[in-house]
Amino acid sequence: MEAGAGIVIDSLRVTRNGTPVFEGLSLAVEPGIVTGLLGPNGGGKSTLMRSIVGVQRIAGGTITVLGRPAGSPPLRRRVAYVTQAPSIYGDLTVRENLRFFSRILGAPAGRIEASLDAVDLLEVSERVVNRLSGGQRARVSLATALLGEPELLVLDEPTVGLDPLLRRDLWSTFRVLAEEGRTVLVSSHVMDEAERCDRLLLLREGRLLASGEPGELLSRTGAVDLDSAFLSLIEEEQS
Amino acid sequence: MSARAAAAVALRVLSQLRRDPRTVALLVGVPSVLIVLLHELFAGREEVFQHVGGPLLGLFPFVSMFVVTSVTMLRERTTGTLERLMTMPLAKLDLLTGYGAAFAAMAAIQVSLVSVIAFVLLDLHSDGPVLAVVVLAIGNAVLGMALGLFASAFASTEFQAVQFMPAIVLPQMLLCGLFVARSEMADWLRVLSALLPLTYAYDALARAIADEFDRRFALDVCVVLGSTLLALLLGAVTLRRRTD
Repeated sequence: MEAGAGIVIDSLRVTRNGTPVFEGLSLAVEPGIVTGLLGPNGGGKSTLMRSIVGVQRIAGGTITVLGRPAGSPPLRRRVAYVTQAPSIYGDLTVRENLRFFSRILGAPAGRIEASLDAVDLLEVSERVVNRLSGGQRARVSLATALLGEPELLVLDEPTVGLDPLLRRDLWSTFRVLAEEGRTVLVSSHVMDEAERCDRLLLLREGRLLASGEPGELLSRTGAVDLDSAFLSLIEEEQS
Repeated sequence: MSARAAAAVALRVLSQLRRDPRTVALLVGVPSVLIVLLHELFAGREEVFQHVGGPLLGLFPFVSMFVVTSVTMLRERTTGTLERLMTMPLAKLDLLTGYGAAFAAMAAIQVSLVSVIAFVLLDLHSDGPVLAVVVLAIGNAVLGMALGLFASAFASTEFQAVQFMPAIVLPQMLLCGLFVARSEMADWLRVLSALLPLTYAYDALARAIADEFDRRFALDVCVVLGSTLLALLLGAVTLRRRTD
């Protein structure tokens, strides 16, 4: 991997509420492809993503994001983060939310329309967010991440609760973003989404259980689908 | 530090308030009703209304903005928008400045309307310029905002945030000299009141109304400004980019 691209994590240690989450986690995320962060809830996916965007206090190790230490000020324009629960203002309209965040990012005005279009929200753009469905709110949150044309997108379960058609569209949006050379890291706990990724990181109980292309993981385990591949990897580790 | 980002925050806070007309109506309506009530309460004793009305008018924004800010900032913390902002190119100072500007603007509207009622309709009298009362009241709003911002860090629910009002605001109201002159207080209460910023805010208002722009007035204003800066600084410390 060329220097200054993607994410490199070395011996990361994170402790939350006195309990260790990671005790020396190392991994890499490449630019230009969609990387899926998979694993059961509570396995450390959100904590890893928070560490990458620099809002998680870490106990040790290094995280290099786009060639710089995670959380350093120049990265704040280059990295976009979407939390699992939509972090937007419920009492503002969709457009007011995007206008606010685009002002903070200094994004050109035209980006608001483009972002709304990408998540298919143009029709409800004048509605107050609190009156929208859960799926629509998640899309507003996602649209915010597309405003600044970031080089790295960190998306925490962005497709939960969305209808299959929209999920398919969003995954093709992620693909387009990756093909433009961006680094795209998407978490999910649904295995059928794993097939849409170019590369997978399987995280369980704070450890990297496996990493590789979906096909590679299937052939390595001899499993018929990724769900059973994940299961046999867990069993392999436990024996 | 970026004026553009601070302005974006201020505009956003104001549009949130605009979407909540009931809160705006309460912000302006409650002090108006209270000042009328006060006037009627002391109907036969005009001098009491003249003594209490003016300073009280200037202290309303302190109370309102404390509550509104602590709840707004608590929401920002609990809904994850603060965390999102912390990953964006927004300086903490810009966030605080934006909040300050928005609530100062709200306070200006609040005080102007209540002043019209008090000074025009209820014949409240001020020897000093009414504008001084309005400007001091806006300063008190920013002080209330700064303390509310700081207090929000210690609340995890809106119930708790609202309870900080009686805990932090009421004792200051009781001890500031409005209800009992500081010279008539027990020594230990007088010492305690000297430690509370609202005491100086009240004294400045009382002096402005009496047209006494003396050295003591200047000191009062400095203490209020200093307390505001200190509270903002403490508030900024509670805005952490990295959390557990």
